[in-house]
Amino acid sequence: MNWFLNFLNSTVGRKIVMSLTGLFLISFLLVHCSVNSLMFLNDDGLFFNEAAHFMASNILIRTIEIFLFLFLIIHILQSVAITRQNMKARTISYSGTSSTSTSKWYSRSMGILGSLILVFLVIHLKDFFIPSRFFDQLGFDSNGTPDMYSEVKEAFQNPAYAMIYVFSMIVLAYHLLHGFQSAFRSLGIYHKKYTPVIEFLGIAFSIIIPAVFAAMPIFFLLKK
Amino acid sequence: MKLTLKIWRQKNKSDKGGFETYQLNNVDTHASFLEMMDVLNEQLIEENKIPVAFDHDCREGICGACSMVINGRPHGPLKGTTTCQLHMRHFNDGETVTIEPFRANAFPVLKDLVVDRTSFERIQQAGGYISIGTGSAPEANNIPVNKVDADKAFDAAQCIGCGACVAACKNGSAMLFVGAKVSQYALLPQGHPERMERVLNMVAQMDEEGFGGCTNTGACEAECPKEISVANIMRLNREYISAKLSVERE
Repeated sequence: MNWFLNFLNSTVGRKIVMSLTGLFLISFLLVHCSVNSLMFLNDDGLFFNEAAHFMASNILIRTIEIFLFLFLIIHILQSVAITRQNMKARTISYSGTSSTSTSKWYSRSMGILGSLILVFLVIHLKDFFIPSRFFDQLGFDSNGTPDMYSEVKEAFQNPAYAMIYVFSMIVLAYHLLHGFQSAFRSLGIYHKKYTPVIEFLGIAFSIIIPAVFAAMPIFFLLKK
Repeated sequence: MKLTLKIWRQKNKSDKGGFETYQLNNVDTHASFLEMMDVLNEQLIEENKIPVAFDHDCREGICGACSMVINGRPHGPLKGTTTCQLHMRHFNDGETVTIEPFRANAFPVLKDLVVDRTSFERIQQAGGYISIGTGSAPEANNIPVNKVDADKAFDAAQCIGCGACVAACKNGSAMLFVGAKVSQYALLPQGHPERMERVLNMVAQMDEEGFGGCTNTGACEAECPKEISVANIMRLNREYISAKLSVERE
């Protein structure tokens, strides 16, 4: 067991933990985005409410949810540990500046982007996750299903609130733009045939998923 | 041409250090950056001042001795060159040039622009070699080597261990260097017997020296004078994972 802890504590091992937890969070985004897209259906949210109720009550989903939170916490704690270690590796910074940058700004700003996402998550969980899991806070739709749709609709019809969401999705897009392909690199996956495919999927994922999420508040604002 | 030089001066390891500004009035555009530094030092000696200490040796881009961060970039603004291969024609008349040592806590400044890079030597000693009997060279064609792998190994072996990757990385990570050293052996049959121990020992030494971790920004590859590919870091990760999972005794 000692070797395993030693593995996870090495600079390479720490990145593997970031990568695996990150990839799990990416898979969660896909599921979350798919279910929420049902809100775009023109049925006053009846189908969405059913899907949301299933996600909130199914024992398998609830079990995976525990792992989701666990991996999210590990991802956060590990990023703090990595950032601290990396800051310790250079305590005096350069004073000379170059007009040309040799790396992408978002690849150097993962900690800041991640922190902004964390702030968003606190707001998001408080406003949507908690009501969705404690049904007594929700009304019921015409099918008698807990009415998550109305809860979301009401929140997003506040323009300031909707803007926080749109901004957070832009932040998420940049975090994913680096994180998606970086996760594969940290696992040592790099191949002339597959890396371009991974990079393409990463860019597509980083644009499409946050764009669909950002479309939700905009959709409800326009619907108002 | 005329240049204003803002150079980091530091008496010794424990000195706090700081920038000093110097004027050079007759810089030859054909001079290399190090020759320009030589001219500055002659001027300083004539003025009875202490010359600027900087590392240099072969002055043809193969030894890895010269370092310096010029205007925020290790080995200066040119791609795929060392400081000694950089010429003054790439600077503008009247320009202010900032010259600093490589910055990383694993590369402590010894004096002015000279940093202690023995942490790289210790990483090499931890596994950057193959154990073979000495004697006359064996017949080269006895062991068949795939051409693609041979080329990749050769590309990795071009690393001169200058430390620009560490200097360029925002995390002060040495993974491009270690990746290149691990790769050059991992790709060749002669390196296979000690493959597992090599990567484990070299990564352990790298971590002990206090280098940061790779966050895949790619700054190292962009600044490397030998243009070593980040693919070597991915190979390092792969080698490390498989060694950690398969080696029975550690």
